[in-house]
Amino acid sequence: MSDYMISVLSLIGIQSFLALSTYLLLITGQISFGQQAYFGIGAFVGAATTAMLGMGFVTALLAGGIISGAVAAGVGALTFRLGGLYFAVATLAFAELMRLTWVNLNYQVSVGGLLVGPKGTEGFRDIRYIIDNGISPTGYFWIIVLCLVLVLLFFFVLEKSRFGLTLRMVDNDQTATASVGLSPTHHKIAAAATAGAIAGVGGVLFAHYMTFIDPRNFGVMVGVHSLAYALIGGLGTFLGPLIGVTIDIGLLESLRVFSSFRMIIFGSLVVVILIFRPRGILDEHTVYFISRKARVFYKTHKFFGMKVSDDSN
Amino acid sequence: MLDFAQNTIDGVMVGASYALLGLGFTLMFGVMRRLNLSYGPTLAMGVYAGAYFSLQVYDSILLALCIAVFVSIVVGLVVETLCFKAVKSDSPLTSMVSAFVMWMVLEEIIILLTWGRLLPVENLAGLKTFNVGSLLVRSDYLVLFLIAVALMVLIYWLIYRTSYGRGIRAVGANRKAAQLMGINVRRISTEVFILTSALGGFLAFFIAASLHQITPGFGLWATIKGLIVMVLGGIGSIPGAILGGILLGVIELHASWYLGGGYRDLAAFLLLFLFLIVRPRGLLGTRTARN
Repeated sequence: MSDYMISVLSLIGIQSFLALSTYLLLITGQISFGQQAYFGIGAFVGAATTAMLGMGFVTALLAGGIISGAVAAGVGALTFRLGGLYFAVATLAFAELMRLTWVNLNYQVSVGGLLVGPKGTEGFRDIRYIIDNGISPTGYFWIIVLCLVLVLLFFFVLEKSRFGLTLRMVDNDQTATASVGLSPTHHKIAAAATAGAIAGVGGVLFAHYMTFIDPRNFGVMVGVHSLAYALIGGLGTFLGPLIGVTIDIGLLESLRVFSSFRMIIFGSLVVVILIFRPRGILDEHTVYFISRKARVFYKTHKFFGMKVSDDSN
Repeated sequence: MLDFAQNTIDGVMVGASYALLGLGFTLMFGVMRRLNLSYGPTLAMGVYAGAYFSLQVYDSILLALCIAVFVSIVVGLVVETLCFKAVKSDSPLTSMVSAFVMWMVLEEIIILLTWGRLLPVENLAGLKTFNVGSLLVRSDYLVLFLIAVALMVLIYWLIYRTSYGRGIRAVGANRKAAQLMGINVRRISTEVFILTSALGGFLAFFIAASLHQITPGFGLWATIKGLIVMVLGGIGSIPGAILGGILLGVIELHASWYLGGGYRDLAAFLLLFLFLIVRPRGLLGTRTARN
């Protein structure tokens, strides 16, 4: 693969974390306008872990994920008791609050004669872990893929698990959920914490990929994109957000000629898709339909020609 | 003490305009039960159009104001049609995401048309100041304050004193029941969109005038202020939005005086989170204001 392809695919991989984190909240019926806050926390924490404290990359991933997740749980715990609308407002406000915090954050330490650390609007430079350890762009791409595969495995298990089903149940009917003894609030907080952690891990990967982050990387536009990815891809399966990311970055790359219209075209496309498919391209019905077809196909073709007669599915 | 009084007066004046932004959100939320995050960029587009007109075509504040209001209404209607009317009403998430994406589209259109530059907005009141006792009053703040108060009185009268307003309140209280009583819910929604966009565009022009400029970031600013005011006052409460706006203005001005300009927005967000923890139903909201 060319370096160019590697960089595009790396970006798709990193954005997928954001999209998946928004997706997890959307299937719980909650809307977050501010997953970029946790992406940012992850990025700054991860950068600080390797560049300022000199610790390893795995530590950075864990630290970024755990701290982002904990903060997300806090924001969720504050607002979920009050209803989803408060959460929606709080996420947007929190994301802007975090962005302002990065703008005002000034703290450098001397590492090997070089001042490193966040420096207000100039951002956090010299996150050199990848370069210093001789990891090539291709190598780093595979690290991203590995992390993404782990997250996707988590989603694969989640969608089959009782917990995952409960999340969708919270989206469908909170009263019904509560009536069978499952707390909607607790499940929402758990979803928010997990989503925050996923975004945080994405942030750590982003910071080390860019080697340089500044507050503008975590503005509202990032939040718009992550919501758009999750929702145009569809809320039926965790593969939906990946499709959303691929459409955007694929479109963005193929429409280079229209570079200044890029966001407008993408935005309009999203608005139009949402009119015709309110729950995305791969919504629950489509996913159910496809999986049923696949099951029938699998059953009928299992033994060449020998049809399995009864199919109650 | 004098500083305190001075900041409070300025805060009340700035707060009146915040209140009106919050009121716009509250009204739209009342009839749709959805957040319209595109409200800020809608107003920004209007003000940009007005400012561009007075800069390039014909230098008249009054005409610029008319254009700002007109463009705000048109953009508001586009947002309503694409993000709220066309999207199936049983999916609240979808229309909110759609409006959020629309925000990006509107902001990008502004940046594309103006190359991201700010435009000057002429000030109706000039830069005169005058003294009341030993307090200083900025004339542009005073104009902003008077306009905001006048618009608030107008809205208050419309919502609480006319049969039309009773219809709007009925839709807010219970959509289905209102429809059964013969109220045209869709028409009310559209009309509320026109109303809030027009009021917002009018007000936003004066806010921009008191800042002497309009930047692409104005949309974000207006949306965030409106949302904070809505939560402070209590979601769905019209008097609450007015009180919340004034409270926000006063706190912001005090924060920027005592702590420094960089803390102005930080103080606003802290106030929001404080309310979410201590008094989530806001100043005048009811306990049942839920999603």
